[in-house]
Amino acid sequence: MMSGFIRRLSAKAWLWSFIGALLVYLATIAFTRGYGAGGIVTATLSLAVFTVIVGIGQMFVITLGPGNFDLSLPANIGLASAVAMKVMDGNDSMVAVGLLAALACGSAIGMANYFLIWALRIPPIIATLSASFIIQSVDISYGRGLQIKPPPGFAAFTNLQLAGIPILAILTVLFTIGAAIMLQRLVYGRSVLAIGQNIRAAWLAGVKVGRIRFLTYTLSGALGGMDGALLAGYFRGANVDIGNEYLLASLAVVVIGGTSVAGGKANIPGIWGASLFLVLLLTMLNTFGVSAGVRLVLTGLVIVAVITAAGGEKALR
Amino acid sequence: MAVGFLSGRSGAGTLDARGRAHLLRALLPALSLAIVVVAIAWLNPRAISYFGFTLMLNLAIPIALATIAQMFVIAGNELDLSIGTFVGFVGCVTATWLREAPLLGVATLVGGILVYAALGALIHLRNLPSVVVTLGMSFVWQGLAILLLPKPGGKAPDWLLAMTGFKPPFVPFPILAALVIAGVVQFALMRTSYGAILRGSGGNPSALARAGWSLLTTKIVLFSLAGFFGVLSGLALIGITTSADANIGNGYTLLAIAGVILGGGEFVGGRVSPVGSVIGALTLALAASPLLTFMRIPPDWQVAANGAILIIVLAARALISRRET
Repeated sequence: MMSGFIRRLSAKAWLWSFIGALLVYLATIAFTRGYGAGGIVTATLSLAVFTVIVGIGQMFVITLGPGNFDLSLPANIGLASAVAMKVMDGNDSMVAVGLLAALACGSAIGMANYFLIWALRIPPIIATLSASFIIQSVDISYGRGLQIKPPPGFAAFTNLQLAGIPILAILTVLFTIGAAIMLQRLVYGRSVLAIGQNIRAAWLAGVKVGRIRFLTYTLSGALGGMDGALLAGYFRGANVDIGNEYLLASLAVVVIGGTSVAGGKANIPGIWGASLFLVLLLTMLNTFGVSAGVRLVLTGLVIVAVITAAGGEKALR
Repeated sequence: MAVGFLSGRSGAGTLDARGRAHLLRALLPALSLAIVVVAIAWLNPRAISYFGFTLMLNLAIPIALATIAQMFVIAGNELDLSIGTFVGFVGCVTATWLREAPLLGVATLVGGILVYAALGALIHLRNLPSVVVTLGMSFVWQGLAILLLPKPGGKAPDWLLAMTGFKPPFVPFPILAALVIAGVVQFALMRTSYGAILRGSGGNPSALARAGWSLLTTKIVLFSLAGFFGVLSGLALIGITTSADANIGNGYTLLAIAGVILGGGEFVGGRVSPVGSVIGALTLALAASPLLTFMRIPPDWQVAANGAILIIVLAARALISRRET
């Protein structure tokens, strides 16, 4: 009976991420006695957006099957943020060009990742890792010491709110719905799921495995690039380390959100629930006034605990 | 040895050509190290001396130990993304408690190894993705290190300084240490019967389980060994740098993975090579900083050099493997 309960619980993992987020939110509000209840929602939504965007990319990659991870996201975000800010150059009329440049930069990184996987026949972890070494150096050398501010219009846009709800969050919800349709209804998404369930069977059934994997890594890269540009706008400046926290965050939201690490099973609402949960957790720890060390320890322990509770699937790395 | 272990693959092609390809593949790590050393000798002949090697390879020892730690985890088909921050945590313990309250310090380090053992058990029992679990743990170690040593500082215990300051005759200390590490681990993992079981737990877990071996035990042993070598790496690091900083080991996670792969290790199937891993670590240590300095390449590109070496060696390996099959 116990195992049946656990199975039902892990089958609804994405629902639990929302419940967890709500509990953490209530705990925070209880601590502040209702002070800032609305502000926390706004701030959480604004920050969760950045995790959701890369989380979706990472989710498509992980759904491809065991061993598929994009470890180059932090480096990718860092470089794209610098590229976007440099192209925009503080000029509002260049915002669209800058966003396109960041997208192109991210997509190029995704393509390079897949090229390494394909040409060297190495596990994606190693390929994306080697690539991220190089991207990091390019970023350090390219964006060295300069803190280019985003154009005022772009910075205002990334911080814009509609009745306390950030515009970026609304746009990201729309994007998430699009991603869900892509995953469940389009040939591309169904192919990703098929490859994750059984790559050989998918290939025999006529799925263009190589092309789908190429598209998926490119998509993850492109989303990383877009995230970098938006982050630079929101935090008012590009920075080599701006993407550092998004490696753990992107992997954690995928797993906490109920996507199978063994591949072939994805869950898009869970990405939102898990992102809100993670951001609220950090907000709560900040509200409690714990030191940076304690915050890191607790974040790590909570992630390990949640994964332990939600895990239990056949998972190869 | 590694060569024999790698040659279990069946395929088409004449035995001779395949044998040559196997040999070439096994020699690849040593070959890449040789190329880097020759390049350094060509650029700066004075570096090839007792003093030069001691200086250039000093930091290679903690990297080699962290690489061995990672190798044990990879041998069990898992990955440890927390080894770097764990080494940093050990460093902070070493530079504070181990000097001021040795008993507490030793207990903490043993506790760290026990946590590794528990992680191995947890990952096996709950079938968890080790990438995510260890990534979460990396935050825990980092947080503990910051709590222990909020600002860079501390001091290595004197006995540790005496050990790392040891100057053996003729052979520079780092080279001697690398030989000892490689030799001991190579023997233990490749020549003993339990070493074969450990590798088997990554190579064919279900066969091993059917033969009556506990996969839980092998996973716990592999993770404990990783923790143990992580502790050694932290000790060596602080012995060399003499003081600590909470971020001191952060770069080691990626270096250690790169070292294992450069040394001929593979991600799945329990295929790892202790000697290769140490050689991989030495190659990375030499290429990342001394070689770049002699080539007058700015330090910005140090990390890129690691990535580039990894890609070049893997490309060479892919070319050889294509001939192999």
